[in-house]
Amino acid sequence: MAEAATRLLRGRPSAAVPRILCIGLFVIFVLVPLYWMVITSIKPTSDYLAIPPVWFPAEPTIVHYTAALFSYRGLDGLINSLVIASASTVLSTVLGTLMAYSMARFNTGGEHLAFWVLSQRFLPPVATALPLFLMFRSWHLYDTHVGLIIVYTVMTLPLSVWMMYAYFRQLPRSLEDAALVDGLSRWQALWMVAVPLAVPGIVAAAVFVFVAVWTEFFFALVLTSRHAFTLPTVFRAFLGFQGAQYGEACALATTSLVPSIVLGILVQRHLVRGLTLGALRG
Amino acid sequence: MAGVRISGLHKHFAGVHAVRGIDLDIPDGEFTVLVGPSGCGKSTLLRTIAGLEDADAGTIEIGEQVVNAVRPRDRDVAMVFQDYALYPHMTVFGNISLSLRARGRPKAEIEARVRRVADLLGIVNLLGRYPRQLSGGQRQRVAIGRAIVRNPRVFLFDEPLSNLDAQLRDEMRSEIKRLHQDIATTMIYVTHDQIEAMTLADRIVLMRDGWIEQEGAPLDLYEQPATMFVAGFLGSPQMNFLRGRLLCSGEGAVVRFGEGETALALPPARRRPNMGDGAEVIVGLRPEHARRAAGTEPTPGAARIEATIELLQPTGSRSYATFRLAGQPVLAELQAHDVSRPGERIPIDLDLRRAAIFDPQSGKAL
Repeated sequence: MAEAATRLLRGRPSAAVPRILCIGLFVIFVLVPLYWMVITSIKPTSDYLAIPPVWFPAEPTIVHYTAALFSYRGLDGLINSLVIASASTVLSTVLGTLMAYSMARFNTGGEHLAFWVLSQRFLPPVATALPLFLMFRSWHLYDTHVGLIIVYTVMTLPLSVWMMYAYFRQLPRSLEDAALVDGLSRWQALWMVAVPLAVPGIVAAAVFVFVAVWTEFFFALVLTSRHAFTLPTVFRAFLGFQGAQYGEACALATTSLVPSIVLGILVQRHLVRGLTLGALRG
Repeated sequence: MAGVRISGLHKHFAGVHAVRGIDLDIPDGEFTVLVGPSGCGKSTLLRTIAGLEDADAGTIEIGEQVVNAVRPRDRDVAMVFQDYALYPHMTVFGNISLSLRARGRPKAEIEARVRRVADLLGIVNLLGRYPRQLSGGQRQRVAIGRAIVRNPRVFLFDEPLSNLDAQLRDEMRSEIKRLHQDIATTMIYVTHDQIEAMTLADRIVLMRDGWIEQEGAPLDLYEQPATMFVAGFLGSPQMNFLRGRLLCSGEGAVVRFGEGETALALPPARRRPNMGDGAEVIVGLRPEHARRAAGTEPTPGAARIEATIELLQPTGSRSYATFRLAGQPVLAELQAHDVSRPGERIPIDLDLRRAAIFDPQSGKAL
């Protein structure tokens, strides 16, 4: 702590004040909405819009959690989101890693394939929503986990491919060359040498994909109904003509943070390295 | 152990003809050095031998077996890379043993072989460390150990010392030389450093623009270069090249430099039938063949001149002095105290028995 404070105050003390002010404002900007969301989830209804604002309720309650998770089927949505996001993340990361390796090492598809892959992200989701809806209905994939997993995998593949492509390009080829001469097959060289070294990049790609899928609303709204609905689609139930169910919405939002926070804690060491390694080595 | 034979090898890279019809026969147990400037195709040739690149034409034989269609892991070659290529996520033990594990060798055998190699290279105490915890020299030893442990038929070295500092490079050069003497396996070594080539090689293959300029024993290339390129590449400091005109009369011949103010007699042993009277020539003379004169008469075959030293570069054991011969700069290797300061005028004997005579048009030795 003392060392951090010293670093912050390095140089002229007067220069530290604007720095501290900016950082403080940013922290407030990020943390206050989160705090308000958590605190609203345990407030009685009467405290939602009270003037002056209630910073901590006198009688906190968990009734909004039970309503959100069970009455509004938030728990079902949470489980569906976990299953779909996890499966999509694994598929997208695995396929993206293999494709990126092929492009980086064998120049598969030439110089245009990489950009073509990225260009899939330029397509507005609304352009494909209706065709997908019609196709999924006839293929019996509408309102199924498999259907959404397929869509999310395809949707996030460009992200995985691009992140891993950049990562593999900066990995020295000589490591795999050495493995090939040492007696490994190409697959063994990939699995035993390239992939372990690419773990930070894979983790970073996986986190990006997971977050993208976890928060995706539009395709989930169009392609699901009563069975495979995801967490973001549950929130529309909290906004009605009678008003908004702030407590339930905040309770579910707080709950939805948990997987992301756990994921971040588990992978933070790899995440920083994966995000910065390519940049450092250029 | 096995010899390597390359016949009519061609390799293209994105429109560049990197290897142009190389024919090379490396006997079993020989230490062959492929040397040349950057971009001459030596690393491409090495990688093609290893199987990391496919030849566009020609054949590669390792121990009488044509290996063009054989995968790298089945060619029984081991390679040491310029950047060591140690696996960062494996310990030194893991790095050295990977090839044995990939071949499914028993654990006890792996343990014994790795320890034997580590003992040979003096890295037993490093077996539990990771590459990032090693110095440059230690990493290079591990890389060599990874190659040795497999008992391959051929060792391939791709500029293994270029990332080391000068002192460490000298040490590792001696170790590699000693290693070859101990295990006597065929070694093919790529370098751009002519000193490494001269000190390590049983045979040097000097490459240029994808083909072989000259091959042979180091001293043969040094003393009898086939072209100006070979003459200029080998030897440090570089050979002096002096433009002149050959004038023949009877049994004798002289080389006249500049506007005729300087003429040096060419020893009879240096005359060749293809040296025509009046022909433009380039005389190549190494710095060590220009010495401060001793005695009243020049040594047989030497030409004596008076030279005013323009530049003096002492190195401790010797001094390199620059003077002009008919306006052309010449670098001479003198004893440390032969000259005390620039501007001094001293007699110098030029040993023309050791001179090389080149055709200015083709660059080839006459």
